[in-house]
Amino acid sequence: MSGRLSAGTSPNTLLRGRTIHPGRAEGEALVSRMGISFFGGVDPETGIVVEKGHDLEGRCVAGRVLVFPAGKGSTVGSYTLYRLSKAGKAPAAILNADCEPITAVGCILAGIPCVDRLPIDRIAAGVRVRVDGDDGTAEIVTG
Amino acid sequence: MILTSEEQSMISGGLGKSSQTAMQILAALGRIYGAERLIPVRSVQIAGVSYDNLGDAGLEWLAEMADGGGYVRVPATLNPAGMDLENWRALGIPADFAEPQLRVIEAFTRMGVTPTCTCTPYLAGNLPAFGDSVAWAESSAVCYANSVIGARTNREGGPSALAAALTGRTPEYGMHLEANRRPGVTVEVRARLGDTADFGALGKVIGDRLETAGQKPIPWIAGPDSPGTEQLKSLCASIATFGGAAMFHWRNVTPEAGKYDPPDEHIAVTERELRAARDSLTDASAAETDFVSLGCPHLTLAEVERIAGLLDGRRVAKEFWITTSRPVKREADRRGYSEIIERSGAKFAVDTCCVVAPIRGRFQAMATDSAKACYYAASKNRFRTRFLDFDAAVMEALAG
Repeated sequence: MSGRLSAGTSPNTLLRGRTIHPGRAEGEALVSRMGISFFGGVDPETGIVVEKGHDLEGRCVAGRVLVFPAGKGSTVGSYTLYRLSKAGKAPAAILNADCEPITAVGCILAGIPCVDRLPIDRIAAGVRVRVDGDDGTAEIVTG
Repeated sequence: MILTSEEQSMISGGLGKSSQTAMQILAALGRIYGAERLIPVRSVQIAGVSYDNLGDAGLEWLAEMADGGGYVRVPATLNPAGMDLENWRALGIPADFAEPQLRVIEAFTRMGVTPTCTCTPYLAGNLPAFGDSVAWAESSAVCYANSVIGARTNREGGPSALAAALTGRTPEYGMHLEANRRPGVTVEVRARLGDTADFGALGKVIGDRLETAGQKPIPWIAGPDSPGTEQLKSLCASIATFGGAAMFHWRNVTPEAGKYDPPDEHIAVTERELRAARDSLTDASAAETDFVSLGCPHLTLAEVERIAGLLDGRRVAKEFWITTSRPVKREADRRGYSEIIERSGAKFAVDTCCVVAPIRGRFQAMATDSAKACYYAASKNRFRTRFLDFDAAVMEALAG
């Protein structure tokens, strides 16, 4: 079901997934191969990943299309996403392999478009991604 | 997932901003867990009440939900707050904690939530019936509702429980479905079980085994036939803390145990393992212990009476917190137990507990009869711990 490519003429790659929270956004991909614990793992005022040893340690999630397999850790992490959005430091969108309730609820509280069931290993760090949370798609912009 | 027309009008914002957010949360959880529909709930227990856990982010969101017109559709109670809502000064809670904590409670109250702050809602006026669908947070209460009462609830988080309260609904998955309540492992208790501490140790042994096994079958316990409310709530708290269990069955004790044959997969809990679990929860000596706390989960009236009996006419030598719900405290006042307890120098910490109060760094070692309290004392508050029988913990408070 997931991972079908578009047959259109656009050079862009369209990845199809499942809507977790609607909304549209575009940004540069910030890609992790690790789970993210927003509570304790991301500074809610700056958006900087602070978890020791994390592959995004020291990177800022603000305005980026944040790509990671799944959330982890305390359920209070939902509130961290909300706090990030209030501070203007939230990711533009979140793409997961398998979304879990902490991230899903956080995206709803914070109004962050979120899509899961995507082949996220096809998304390279730094590429531009156009997320359509209404359709449950992510388009890698190459053109 | 299929939504009714009323649910659709909620999700499209027709019934206000807060109902919309609430319905979005439930719909997303339903999608993630493959629910086919939402079902009505009879009661809700909301976690995420202590400002120590919520922080400003949680407080802001709750205030926004109240501002957005959110109002409960079913009875809802709260988990313990970070302080006694009336007596916080005497417990050494700073004013800059009390002020935002009271704003958290105010936001919930504006939404029609009953501000009874307890982990034992079933002892304080929020008691579902057998077979009721409910949406409860607080892992020990979830386990008690599913196992002992036979109500049906998943392990909700703070926002999803509030969402259930504001809509009167929850997605139908997990523990709401009969097939997921079937036991997967028989646990034969070959040890003698005494008081609450032994049941906490039993919960740790079983919980640790479930955790190590990786998959988490529902235990079907064959043990003594007569644990009481106090022992069962201790077991629920411990098995949920150490094993993430939402439910167990206990032969001849819990209401759904008789529906099933004992599962073929079989483990035994021996006296030696129970002893080892008890020992593993103690790393402080009596001399190092400067804090005693009883009431995790919150005390029943019978337990408060027992403490009063042991403290009558004596003086405590250590900081001693007695944590319970407001309704139990009021009844203890009426019966004169509170006066006896307070005359001894022990302190009631009502509406709160040693797990969620902001007491990190205030003490070096805590004595308690609760395995769950030992776990959080070590991990959250960095206290060393002393795991004792109930009466022995009271004696520890009296000993200089």
